Amino acid sequence: MTTTVTRTPEEETRRHVEHAGRVGAGVFSPGQLVSSLPGALRKLGPRHQARNPVMFVVWVGSLLATVLAIGDPGVFSIGTALWLWFTVLFASLAEAVAEGRGKAQAETLRRTKKDTVARRLRADGSQERVPGADLRIGDLVVVEAGDVIPGDGDVVEGIATVDESAITGESAPVIRESGGDRSAVTGGTTVLSDRIVVKISARPGESFVDRMIALVEGAQRQKTPNEIALTILLSTLTIIFLLAVVALQPMAAFAGSRQSVIVLTALLVCLIPTTIGALLSAIGIAGMDRLVQRNVLATSGRAVEAAGDVSTLLLDKTGTITFGNRRATELIPVGQSTVQDLARAARLSSLADGTPEGRSIVELCATEHGLPASPSEHERGGEFVEFSAQTRMSGVDLDGTSVRKGAASAVTAWAGQDVLPEVDEIVERISSEGGTPLVVAEGTVIRGVVRLSDVVKPGMRERFGELRAMGIRTVMITGDNPLTAKAIAGQAGVDDFLAEAKPEDKMALIKKEQEGGRLVAMTGDGTNDAPALAQADVGVAMNTGTMAAKEAGNMVDLDSNPTKLIEIVEIGKQLLITRGALTTFSIANDLAKYFAILPAMFAGIHPQLGRLDIMALHSPSSAILSAVIFNALIIVALIPLALRGVRYRPADARSLLRRNLLIYGLGGIVTPFVGIWLIDLLVRLIPGM
Amino acid sequence: MSPTWAGLAQVGLLLLALAVVYKPLGDYMARVFTSARHLRLEKAVYRVGRVDPDSEQHWKTYAASVLAFSFVSVVLLYLIQRLQHLLPFDFGRTASPGVAFNTAISFVTNTNWQSYVPETTMGHAVQMLGLTVQNFVSAAVGLAVAMALVRGFVRAKTDRLGNFWVDLTRGTVRVLLPLAFVFAIVLIALGVVQSLKSGVDVTNPDGSVSRIALAPAASQEAIKELGTNGGGIFNANSAHPFENPSSWTNLIEIFLLTVIPVCLTRTFGVLVGNKRQGTVLLTVMGVLWGGMLTVIWWAESHPNGPLALLAGGAMEGKEVRFGIAGSALFANATTSTSTGAVNSMHDSFSGLGGGGTLLNMMFGELSPGGVGSGLYSMLVVAIIAMFLAGLMVGRTPEYLGKKLGKREVTCAAVAILAMPTVLLLGTGAALLMPDTAGALNNPGAHGFSEVLYAYTSASNNNGSAFAGITVTNDWFQSTLGLCMAFGRFVPITAVLCLAGSLAVQRKVPETAGTLPTTGPLFATMLVGTVVLVAALTFIPALALGPIAEALA
Amino acid sequence: MVRQAWAGLRILIVLTTLTGVLYPLGVWAVSRVPGLHSTAEGSIISQNGRNVGSGLIGVDPVAQDPEHDPWFHTRPSALAQDPLGPADPSSSGGSNKGAANDDYVKVVRERKDAIARREGVDPARVPADAVTASASGLDPQISPAYAHLQAPRVARENGLTPAQVDRLISENTSQGIGDPGVNVLKLNLAVQAMKRG
Repeated sequence: MTTTVTRTPEEETRRHVEHAGRVGAGVFSPGQLVSSLPGALRKLGPRHQARNPVMFVVWVGSLLATVLAIGDPGVFSIGTALWLWFTVLFASLAEAVAEGRGKAQAETLRRTKKDTVARRLRADGSQERVPGADLRIGDLVVVEAGDVIPGDGDVVEGIATVDESAITGESAPVIRESGGDRSAVTGGTTVLSDRIVVKISARPGESFVDRMIALVEGAQRQKTPNEIALTILLSTLTIIFLLAVVALQPMAAFAGSRQSVIVLTALLVCLIPTTIGALLSAIGIAGMDRLVQRNVLATSGRAVEAAGDVSTLLLDKTGTITFGNRRATELIPVGQSTVQDLARAARLSSLADGTPEGRSIVELCATEHGLPASPSEHERGGEFVEFSAQTRMSGVDLDGTSVRKGAASAVTAWAGQDVLPEVDEIVERISSEGGTPLVVAEGTVIRGVVRLSDVVKPGMRERFGELRAMGIRTVMITGDNPLTAKAIAGQAGVDDFLAEAKPEDKMALIKKEQEGGRLVAMTGDGTNDAPALAQADVGVAMNTGTMAAKEAGNMVDLDSNPTKLIEIVEIGKQLLITRGALTTFSIANDLAKYFAILPAMFAGIHPQLGRLDIMALHSPSSAILSAVIFNALIIVALIPLALRGVRYRPADARSLLRRNLLIYGLGGIVTPFVGIWLIDLLVRLIPGM
Repeated sequence: MSPTWAGLAQVGLLLLALAVVYKPLGDYMARVFTSARHLRLEKAVYRVGRVDPDSEQHWKTYAASVLAFSFVSVVLLYLIQRLQHLLPFDFGRTASPGVAFNTAISFVTNTNWQSYVPETTMGHAVQMLGLTVQNFVSAAVGLAVAMALVRGFVRAKTDRLGNFWVDLTRGTVRVLLPLAFVFAIVLIALGVVQSLKSGVDVTNPDGSVSRIALAPAASQEAIKELGTNGGGIFNANSAHPFENPSSWTNLIEIFLLTVIPVCLTRTFGVLVGNKRQGTVLLTVMGVLWGGMLTVIWWAESHPNGPLALLAGGAMEGKEVRFGIAGSALFANATTSTSTGAVNSMHDSFSGLGGGGTLLNMMFGELSPGGVGSGLYSMLVVAIIAMFLAGLMVGRTPEYLGKKLGKREVTCAAVAILAMPTVLLLGTGAALLMPDTAGALNNPGAHGFSEVLYAYTSASNNNGSAFAGITVTNDWFQSTLGLCMAFGRFVPITAVLCLAGSLAVQRKVPETAGTLPTTGPLFATMLVGTVVLVAALTFIPALALGPIAEALA
Repeated sequence: MVRQAWAGLRILIVLTTLTGVLYPLGVWAVSRVPGLHSTAEGSIISQNGRNVGSGLIGVDPVAQDPEHDPWFHTRPSALAQDPLGPADPSSSGGSNKGAANDDYVKVVRERKDAIARREGVDPARVPADAVTASASGLDPQISPAYAHLQAPRVARENGLTPAQVDRLISENTSQGIGDPGVNVLKLNLAVQAMKRG
């Protein structure tokens, strides 16, 4: 049930750097505006606009203004109508740009969907050639080296190396074998060696790749719960402003200054929350896109939002909190041997041992005991004895000296010794602390014991501290005994741990947390993780995992890096913050627009209202047009922010709110005063203004 | 003592009195609405009503009960007015169908807008059997709805919100009735009349003869303020010397009309298990209240406009015994609650001062608002504010451990939307009516303000007026009546629906990621939301009325 | 809903009995006790068995001979027919005139000039409460400034010394916690009593 990622610290660092780079590369470039223009124009139809209540009002307003401008052409009426259309266009543009970035991703994926020919196994064991599209669930297909796997499925026979770079971008081949947690294969990936039989588990057109394409293209995008709630709020504001403007006409008429419909339309469009209304869907698409850039696929936007809400993270110890493999951490000599004797023997026994454990022993001997890290010419001549399940030890024969390391009983027996009480005691102690003891013997002499233990990845403590500040509790899941688990939990700084965890325990823990109203996120890859992945609010399946796990979770990490859960949470939060911040900004903008438009409308009848014109705008027409232009341009200006998301730094809720209120609330009040004033400086140059 | 110091002393004494009763009354109300025991008197009420006081209601049943009770109340009150001649103490007074309809809705909705002159329209029997009763029960309805909403926050995984009949009865019997009785006696001792006569004849020192109107005023006055109702038994309302004879009674009446809404924040804090949650709401109410008091008081004590400049002070429509400060204090208190009683004529206030009373109502009457309605209005705004704030900290928004999802936001939006909708549409439509110009008492921007004030007052269930406007034609009687009904019952239904959807939720535990709702940041956010929403909605209307007047 | 309506009606009737009958009549009954009775019935002032007014209600006295006006005057009342004239205390109310109402500004100017003429002073000395209508139209009080403005005339017409009238003014001034005010009815009665000796 634990993940099986094996990476060295260097690999880990490299990957993080890569991620940072990839996210950086995702930023917006002005060229995208131009390339997305055709797509934006296609969105101008009423059916598309009606899906967004705020922009639909603008759309109707633009139409109305156009009709009025045609009926009574003038610089002001035509200018206003034109800029109202720009407002609608810019909103569509924002959506088109966001979608465009997904499209590029989809294009790459689609290339993997070449028409494949499958070799289907008949019941009698013979093969028939059928097009990949004809495969049905349950069909068995044979795939050999060089073949493209025709559909999603599970390996039921054989073992093979598979190139999954088309999906994951990772060039290193992965191993897929029948049974266990590495049985899932994805259609479109290529088998590099050996032969496997795959049982198809997805209908054509519904495969993993198909779903990925649909997701990144945003075709299946449904509004998320928070987005719906926000849309309701924005619609409410729109209705309020609609009422305020509709009721204003009789008030104005009563006061003796009936307003033209085009001016009222301009006022309405300026007041309703067009900024957030225009960017709302772009923000949602971009949120998914940011996940995709980190090689995470979410099956729904809802899952991304839920990630922002998570209050409990279940993290597997191995591979997530600690390095995937145990590492040598201590050398304990026994009998007459010195530490140096033990180090020499241990190093020698591991020189040719390519396993991570073996390498970690050489490293320990090099760093702690000053022995050379790489074998000398002479040492290369030794004969390496591989580990086997029968011998339960490995080692080297060199110049007549034999060195072995391995399980205590096996090595002791090999050395022809009785079990020393001293060794027994040490082995016992290390085991009870959750470590793995390796006994090292040189010839007939038992040199000592090497302690292999879990090592917490660097930076985890700080990471968990940040999560705690965000209000997220971390729970470490491990199969270790409670004593070991506690020790590692303490080192890593997690809030809690679940030791000797069986899948049922994990499930029970999730249910218990949810019962208390907490949202739970977890990672998993095994088939026995599937129920828990399904139960968790955010279940991130590793791409290396089984198809069952991938089906059960609501996200798949193509890099199969469980630590990424933390980034996913941050992306979820960033998505919500961006929406909230831009809504606040949008509403705060209205104040300045009133100061621009109301004096323009009513200074004629109540000259004292001219005192509200604190921006000293050129004329009533230029004031109104400037406000409309600002309202349209601010959408374009904020597209990069909508796509990138507002800056998110892990912090407690209070400081986050204070910061965002200051920037987007106060900034939202001030910005349009400056913006409208500047635009007016240009607009006044237009003849007739 | 200079007028300023006298004013400050009044404010200080008021705050002191409120501070003294805050804890005991707030805690008492919390016990009233959670106690499992029924008083003998209450058991009698339930027996006659044939309701089971120990069964709890789903929000729909609760709402149906509120609406049914209010409907029955309107019908009964209409009939009492129309059949006045069959009752004793009628003194030949009659209410026309238009007046009866408007008044029935007005008193049942806790508005107590008066489109009639009481001295010539409503006899004592109507006052007592009809209007006083509604003064009690309409306030108790507000209290009940507020308690249902609080239960929505407090409870988890249940669809039961309590029993409306129990809440109504307890609010009346245990909270309003004892307080009203005690203060009615206090008011009589200080000069308020309580007479069953229609008037008394006097021969003035100059030999002329007058008839001075009398009424059972004290019993009505006490509950009219305590229940944030505001309907006067005399036309001049709390400016009448028989309703409000001195600066002391003035202060007591201001105390009465603020005390329950203020103390309900304590009740709220106690019930949700964190008293600071109540304190922060009180702080927000206090900031808005204090801010607007400063505006109104300053505006009235700095003569502005030709009339006050010529007279040498803004004493038009004010009584000497209250002075500017006592009038401003009352005006601010009555419009920031849903009372609508007046001790001075708001119509004669300066542009800024009158605009201040308007804005108080446009905030949605939540500083501290009406009995019950102030608390639930504030909580609805808090939900909207927390929704935005929650997004800005990157979580699905929540308030008091309850998630604010689609349904909660929809309910809050409907509750908030109702008032501006009827206010703006009502004002706009009225201005289109040809008769409206003739109904006004003042020309220009101020005439417009009279119409705006009428619909603002009705839609917010306040009841005060720029009283120069004549609202007796059928158009005003019916549309203002509808504004009152919509302004009251749409938010109530939405609030109960909100309570229902909160109650079924489980509680989300508090973590470091939870936005605390007790600190100054939340308070600032809440004040900002109240002010910004009202400002953005009403600035155009205000610009043509009070703002134009104030800048003139 | 119908079930709720019947329950509502039954409960409304019980609560009407409680709050619409027992409560007001209970308060009325308590108000019958000595000490409350007189205020409950309107704080009526009697002289020689005759009701001469309510201590809480201001009704402007009218001089038989305007040239020899012996009365302290109340504030203007919106209930009066004339800019300065007596109110009818069977009703109540204010003018509800706005702060920028030109027609009403004329009325205020008229009052100001009339009072200045009556008292023989510069119009600028006439205080605000003298020219503005009260909220109730029945304001029993005037400001001490207005009382002192009228004092010389009242002293002269009633044959009293200014010092005597000043003393009566301060005896009839009350402040409470608000602005000081002089009760006009009580002051006029005190002046009459002093005049009679």
